[in-house]
Amino acid sequence: MSSNALELEDVVVEYDRRGGGRLRAVAGASLTVPRGRIIGLVGESGCGKSSLGRAAVGLVKPLAGSVRFEGRPVTPLTRRARPAELIRLQLVFQNPYSSLNPRRKVGAQLADALTALELVPRRGRDARVRELLDQVGLSAGAAERFPHEFSGGQRQRIAIARALAAEPSVIVLDEPLASLDASAQAQLANLLVGLSRELGLSLVLISHDLAVVRHVADAVSVMYLGVMVETGATASLWELPLHPYSEALIAAVPRPDGSGFLPEALPGEVPDPARPPAGCRFHPRCPYSFDRCRVDEPPLIPLADGRTAACWLQPSGAAPAPPAERAAQLGSVSHVK
Amino acid sequence: MSLLEVEGLRVRLPTLDGLVTVVDDAELGVEQGEVFGVAGESGSGKTMSMLALLGLLPDRAVVEGSARFEGRDLLRLPRRELRALAGREVAMVFQDPTTSLHPMLSIGRQLTEHVRRHLRVGRRAAAARATALLDDVRIPDPESALRAFPHQFSGGMRQRIAIAVALAARPKLLIADEPTTALDVTVQAGILRLLDRLRLEHELSVILITHDLGVMSSIADRISIFYAGRVVESGTRADVLQRPRHPYTRALLDALPHPEGSPDQALVAIEGAPPSPTSIPPGCAFHPRCRYALETCAESVPPLVDRDGRRFACPVDPFARA
Repeated sequence: MSSNALELEDVVVEYDRRGGGRLRAVAGASLTVPRGRIIGLVGESGCGKSSLGRAAVGLVKPLAGSVRFEGRPVTPLTRRARPAELIRLQLVFQNPYSSLNPRRKVGAQLADALTALELVPRRGRDARVRELLDQVGLSAGAAERFPHEFSGGQRQRIAIARALAAEPSVIVLDEPLASLDASAQAQLANLLVGLSRELGLSLVLISHDLAVVRHVADAVSVMYLGVMVETGATASLWELPLHPYSEALIAAVPRPDGSGFLPEALPGEVPDPARPPAGCRFHPRCPYSFDRCRVDEPPLIPLADGRTAACWLQPSGAAPAPPAERAAQLGSVSHVK
Repeated sequence: MSLLEVEGLRVRLPTLDGLVTVVDDAELGVEQGEVFGVAGESGSGKTMSMLALLGLLPDRAVVEGSARFEGRDLLRLPRRELRALAGREVAMVFQDPTTSLHPMLSIGRQLTEHVRRHLRVGRRAAAARATALLDDVRIPDPESALRAFPHQFSGGMRQRIAIAVALAARPKLLIADEPTTALDVTVQAGILRLLDRLRLEHELSVILITHDLGVMSSIADRISIFYAGRVVESGTRADVLQRPRHPYTRALLDALPHPEGSPDQALVAIEGAPPSPTSIPPGCAFHPRCRYALETCAESVPPLVDRDGRRFACPVDPFARA
């Protein structure tokens, strides 16, 4: 059996566009989630990270490519019951308020999950509900309250408790930390790391916030306009981003250090995914692009230290070097930053 | 003299259980050409304070204190005068620009209407000013943008347009409430640079409301930290963010990911959650969550006082310099 909990290979996701035409949200992206690890999936809005997350759990049917969970293919959801073996693959949405029933008590909603899953005998359900609440740091009294009585961070915990009811081995979390205040965000980030370590749980953390992901994820995949542009261990990717897009994402993070440092803005916007640029999808916004970038789309190239980057500046197998340095060696910088 | 000097601001809102205090004894002073940051978690009273200044709260809300804007007290101005002033001399932009931009009107229509109303100029002059405004906030091809509608722009571009509309009447003070919260960091950086440039080029004063101390650190000159409706610390950006004196400020900073820090450093969460306005703890509102709290902290509300050239509301003062 594979040591990876979840494997996505060359996944393509397309949607019908209002008024005709197709929109390719994910244009051939791969993602490997080893057992017990936390993988960060980052990129700007519209980069396809949520679509890839949905394909990962079978919420959307990929047009091409494969999704395998614990070695078995993930079949897209139909009206029929979800196959039992896929129950251990769970998804938590960004806005817990819309995924929780406002008119049912929290304990009842967790019990519903247990009933539907038939994992726990009826007599053990109350105890299991208390255990789930405890695992996400909520008191047993929370069971008797309604979702609106909780803060945003607490509601997100409830959503996570409900996912844990399925005794999952993988949870995909779509922007779980967005729209939370700093203190609630830190609490939840620490909780996720704790749960993963304690339960040997794999997590896919979809987020636009690389600064938080850095404290939580073991490895990071950076997406741009439907494709992966860089992957690597979190610390090394943050330390030395090899793709100009990852570099730009990190440079744009503000620093709460009182220094008055103004973060770098990335010029331009994410192009319409229905009409991606020719060649490298990032080239119109890239400060280092040269002739080849406008024509050939770079594949994800394996580099030293188990890293990969989809950039013509990074020769296959080479030791990591900053994009600016590589561009200077090539002497073909189109416009210097 | 400060452009805006707010003192003893107290806001009480009507609820089913009677009046609830959401802002208590708040103060702030904004100088010309500076960015003044108002920070705090959601529900801390940041936005309510600003809405109170502009008379945008429900009729039965009770607002006390004073807010002197160029000598006039905004809290005592007749309603009509306040309405005339808000929009012309004081403008506001919000987190979600779609709420302030009309979806069915072209950008040009919204901009020129604003220009003509407040600056009393003709159609031609207004159109020229609208083009210049869009150019100023770096909207590419302003001429054709004038004929487009809000939905045709991305979130970042819409926020730039909302800022252009706010600037149309050449206000002296711009109140920006979480202007970058809904945006990607790459786009956020652009808006921060824009605000920074506008402040320099137009001598514009900005009150920047945000829960994000990273954003604050980028462009705010001075900062006030709100907790449970009160200011717990205020001072220069460097003082507040590098040498905080109030335990709440310190705790907020420790909870944040620091791009420069070590990734292995776990985020230090603040235990519990901020209190709701209906159940504010007695004494210092932060004491139940404060690791430095003494028994006396629950007894009386600590006043915001000056000490060693700093201004904060914590008699325990655990970070005092020896």
